[in-house]
Amino acid sequence: MTLKKNILALRQKKAIVEKGGGEKAIEKQVAMGKMTARERILSLLDADSFHEYDLFVEHEERNFGMDRKELPGDGVITGTGTINGAPVCIYAQDFTVMGGSLGLKHARKITKIMDHALKMKIPCIGINDSGGARIQEGIGALAGYGEIFYRNTMASGVIPQISVILGPCAGGAVYSPALTDFVFVVENISKMFITGPNVIETVLGEKISQEDLGGARVHAEITGNAHFYALSEMECLDQIKELISLIPHSNRQKAAHVEPKAPKFRKNIENIIPSDPKQPYDVREIIYALADDSKFLEVQELWAPNIVIGFGRLNGDTVGFVANQPLYLAGVLDCDASDKAARFIRYCDAFNIPIVTLEDMPGYLPGVDQEHAGVIRHGAKMLYAYSEATVPKITVILRKAYGGGYIAMNSRHLGADFMFAWPSAEIAVMGPEGAANIIFRKEIMEAEDEDAMRQQKVQEYIEKFANPYVAAAKGYIDAVIEPLETRELLLHALGVSKHKDDYRPIKKHGIPPF
Amino acid sequence: MAKKLKKENTEFTDFAVTARKYKTLLTKKYENRKVWTNPSPYLIQSYIPGTIIELFVKEGDIVKEGEQLLILEAMKMQNRVQMPFTAKIKKINIQVGDRIPKDTTLIELDPVE
Repeated sequence: MTLKKNILALRQKKAIVEKGGGEKAIEKQVAMGKMTARERILSLLDADSFHEYDLFVEHEERNFGMDRKELPGDGVITGTGTINGAPVCIYAQDFTVMGGSLGLKHARKITKIMDHALKMKIPCIGINDSGGARIQEGIGALAGYGEIFYRNTMASGVIPQISVILGPCAGGAVYSPALTDFVFVVENISKMFITGPNVIETVLGEKISQEDLGGARVHAEITGNAHFYALSEMECLDQIKELISLIPHSNRQKAAHVEPKAPKFRKNIENIIPSDPKQPYDVREIIYALADDSKFLEVQELWAPNIVIGFGRLNGDTVGFVANQPLYLAGVLDCDASDKAARFIRYCDAFNIPIVTLEDMPGYLPGVDQEHAGVIRHGAKMLYAYSEATVPKITVILRKAYGGGYIAMNSRHLGADFMFAWPSAEIAVMGPEGAANIIFRKEIMEAEDEDAMRQQKVQEYIEKFANPYVAAAKGYIDAVIEPLETRELLLHALGVSKHKDDYRPIKKHGIPPF
Repeated sequence: MAKKLKKENTEFTDFAVTARKYKTLLTKKYENRKVWTNPSPYLIQSYIPGTIIELFVKEGDIVKEGEQLLILEAMKMQNRVQMPFTAKIKKINIQVGDRIPKDTTLIELDPVE
């Protein structure tokens, strides 16, 4: 009889805490167009798979009247569950409990679930919706943030870490997402900044809205802090599910193999690239034509769109695609594009995902703004990331491969395992016009008709050098292939490199050009 | 996601990379980039946003190198802005109390013979 009573008491106790901040606060949350923390977890995880930990944790702050304040779950829900059968650790800050503010116990619940994820070697997903540090707890809140950052760093490259920004995320709080692998944002809901509009207005007199300062679109398009951008919370949760299905549980595993499917993209791959090297096209069509089921999960679609990165499958196994995008800025490499690709390459390398590079780019972007923004340092990140990577590395040169960009885009010289080139490839030190101007400067200047001579020399250069055969003759290209053979050769290359074993000198860690 | 990029009805721009011009789209960030201009030594500019809390000179003054021009308070620090070389104050664009953004021209100088 007593046990029965105890069970009933437990159920009552749970029901109270599970309500979070209570009806009124929940109404407010809903009025803001947001789901509650618990709804978010339950919508993301498989039905009935969520198990909560630390439901009864309480804060210990005694100052500023906090001793009389009860905060259910201390403002954060933590636990484990599955997404399409894959186990994950998860936490969601509950904005209805004191604005989701982070106190020491709140942080300790998070660090506990992070430690758990790291030990169990499963992904950790954090849903952020918090006003920031709980000021009443003072330095205790700061300690909490620091302990989270430390674990983000320890877990980096070991287990996938995903941050979902579904509310404000300001001040120190933004650094945990920044340290994780993938950041998800939702239009009108996500807000991230170090100093908010109020501080900026007080100090500088500049008036700006939260949305314009650090809204979802800003981080998806301008800063590059966000990797996935959605128009609604439900779309965002679907994106997370798709990502989880494509990546391994930890760095000791490979991504799950699924039933291979032929591409369903209808366009003939031979007809995608215009024959004039100055004309653009959408390189994603090439990816659709190559990937299983023509499925491609693009990462950081809106930021630095001159390079395309993302996950797809070949023969049922996940690969990372890195492709120059001639549709934007002619597909040049610049600071942002290098940053974007380099980090993605390192992600793939850390998590045993082969990298397929599709190359069509005229080189690095010239300009004072680029040079002064440190294009040398940023550009070097790509060289570093490709050289360092030991996963299978395959390159297909579609069209232009000029100069430093040719080296950077996973060339043979940086350790590519397979180098394929289409017959349309132009592998040269620079574009024909530029090269002819330099090499034949004297002839052109001394000619009676300078323009005619320049044209003649450019034509000569195109015929002799703007092709894949000079590089193929030196063995820098393994094979010149027909576009229609590309998918088959990629599958072949991945099959051959299934047991690839590559070593790097023993070191504590390298010094990449951060 | 691919839908979100505006692709239809967009006109391609000529985009020069070394000696060749490519047809392509530009990004917002590229279009909004700051075009570099050669900085003039005769313009005293704010290197940090802040508030002018003191001004020591007036238009027409000849000020010697190293003398104080103004105090710019930023991030709770009072920064003394000094004269970079001896010159005449041609124009003062600010007053005490002004809150100014970065790279604002505060004072314009004229050379002295």
